[in-house]
Amino acid sequence: MQEILTAAFVLQTFRISIPYLLPSLGAVYSEKGGVVNIALEGMLLSGAFAAIIGIYYTGSVLTGIVCSLLAGIIVSILHGLITITFKANQIVSGIALNIFAFGITKFFCKLIFGSSSNSPRVIGLESWGLPFNPFLLICVLILIITVFAINRTKFGLRLKAVGQNPEAADSLGISVSKMRYMGVIISGALAGLGGAWLALDQHSFTDGMSAGRGYIALAAMIIGKWKPTGAALACLLFGLAESFTLQFQSSGVPTQFIQMLPYLLTIIVLAGFIGKATPPAADGIPYEKKD
Amino acid sequence: MKNFLLIFITIFLFTSCGKKENNTVTDKSKIKVGLVFDVGGRGDKSFNDAAYRGLEKAKQELGIEYEYIEPGPGAEREAALRQFANRPDISIIFGIGFIFTDEITKAAIEFPDKKFACVDYTYDSAKTLPPNLVALEFREEEGSFLVGAIAGLMTKTNKVGFVGGMESPLIKKFQVSYEAGVKYVNKDCQILIGYAGVTGDAFKNPGKGKEIALGQYNDGVDIIYHASGVTGLGVFEAARETKKFAIGVDSDQNDEAPGFIITSMVKAVDVAVFEVIKEVKEGSFKGGRAETFGLKTNGVDYAYTEKNKNLIPQDVRTKVEAIRKEIIEGKITIPVK
Repeated sequence: MQEILTAAFVLQTFRISIPYLLPSLGAVYSEKGGVVNIALEGMLLSGAFAAIIGIYYTGSVLTGIVCSLLAGIIVSILHGLITITFKANQIVSGIALNIFAFGITKFFCKLIFGSSSNSPRVIGLESWGLPFNPFLLICVLILIITVFAINRTKFGLRLKAVGQNPEAADSLGISVSKMRYMGVIISGALAGLGGAWLALDQHSFTDGMSAGRGYIALAAMIIGKWKPTGAALACLLFGLAESFTLQFQSSGVPTQFIQMLPYLLTIIVLAGFIGKATPPAADGIPYEKKD
Repeated sequence: MKNFLLIFITIFLFTSCGKKENNTVTDKSKIKVGLVFDVGGRGDKSFNDAAYRGLEKAKQELGIEYEYIEPGPGAEREAALRQFANRPDISIIFGIGFIFTDEITKAAIEFPDKKFACVDYTYDSAKTLPPNLVALEFREEEGSFLVGAIAGLMTKTNKVGFVGGMESPLIKKFQVSYEAGVKYVNKDCQILIGYAGVTGDAFKNPGKGKEIALGQYNDGVDIIYHASGVTGLGVFEAARETKKFAIGVDSDQNDEAPGFIITSMVKAVDVAVFEVIKEVKEGSFKGGRAETFGLKTNGVDYAYTEKNKNLIPQDVRTKVEAIRKEIIEGKITIPVK
């Protein structure tokens, strides 16, 4: 048993958790403001693709990361436009955007690299002499900022207000759509950043490389009961489970079981077996201004 | 209205995702080849790219034209085969990968006037092949046995690894024969095995490949052989990061991580594709049979070129060449299951 708890194992768990954690924290912003963001998957994928494009053309990792943020933001603005401005169904918009992202990344991959499946290898992130990937530090930082922003700032309170009771917030002069847009855009940026991690870790883009991580991130946020720390812990739990299967593949625990775990846990939590999971009251409901 | 817009966008996206490669003007006298790639897709620097090289060679040397489709997961494969089969200008259709076995058999029966060829077809001797289908099989076990012997001779930690893509009989064959090769030269060598999954997507998950490989390297493994398509690119990343060694598959993958890839188990998919096209052009195509490519005919081999020569010591080379001879002469029986 001691053999498992090596530094390598812990680092692997963290590495696997990163692409869950970033979109999951993003989902907290979006859903606290009242917009269900199932488009995380597509944002993750677009972020990964944009990162590779950025690095491919400029040779700079930083540009790649900036591109991934922008890509995430563009998809999130689309999601905002459809769900906040045009008040369409948030789930439908999210799914449409996921399919959109899958198609458009393939399309441009083909256009730019001549293959709809794979990009050539690009440079990745230097470790700057650290024993672990510097991305980890960024993640911890974002987690701390998120906890603080959601619970302790005016912005966080307003965001929660438009997610809980948009009428009341509106009557106090808070612009509901502005706050919701901000939540969705932050979630897009974070999901895009998660995509950048995927791309940098692999040094290339593969079509559909997000591989359902966006959905797992959403599940983690639900298990974490719409709280940043809860979401982070759930992501870590999923990372741990996955890392465990990789280490013990031949030990008898079927991989299929572990892969099913996040979804199973989500159902259990939603069914109310582990405490009460209450989403923000106005989550998923477009706000119609009444005169 | 908004919902309409959404539905419209969705439909547009679905229909606009078609991935067809048009190869300009059609000349009636020219033979046109339709090729459907495996899950990994073109650009996998491995199996599919080897098939593509065969196409390119045929285009240049035989003056044929080609079109290809890179299908996504699931039913698109069959649709792609049908799409080609329905076209009057295409005379031969290739399916690249064992995953096509059932679909291409069905298509061949349904379109008896078209010619079909399938690389890595899972041949069941109890069933007869349609007369218009040729199954191209490779003795991967012979090549895998050889690279296994190289790994067994070269490991310094006495621990080597294997990373497979989709857990399936074909990939199991790679694994088992590799293990046998390692044990043949080094009885006490320990072998760690990892698979990326149980579906076709497992050939397309470099992130997971990297983590499995890092885990094995971390456990003391110093050489990993992968048979996992694009997933293997992750194995190479792990090799670079930990400064350990890897062995490539299907194509000579040396360029993916120069200095870290000792050798590759090379499958002459390009030769097979080229030969079949040549037969079609010369009118000597004969279906209903399985053609096997092995060590004897250089259908499989391990890469030994200017690029990786210095990674393989001379005494290892000598021993492995001796083993090659024994295999060709039938002195070694290689397990496949």
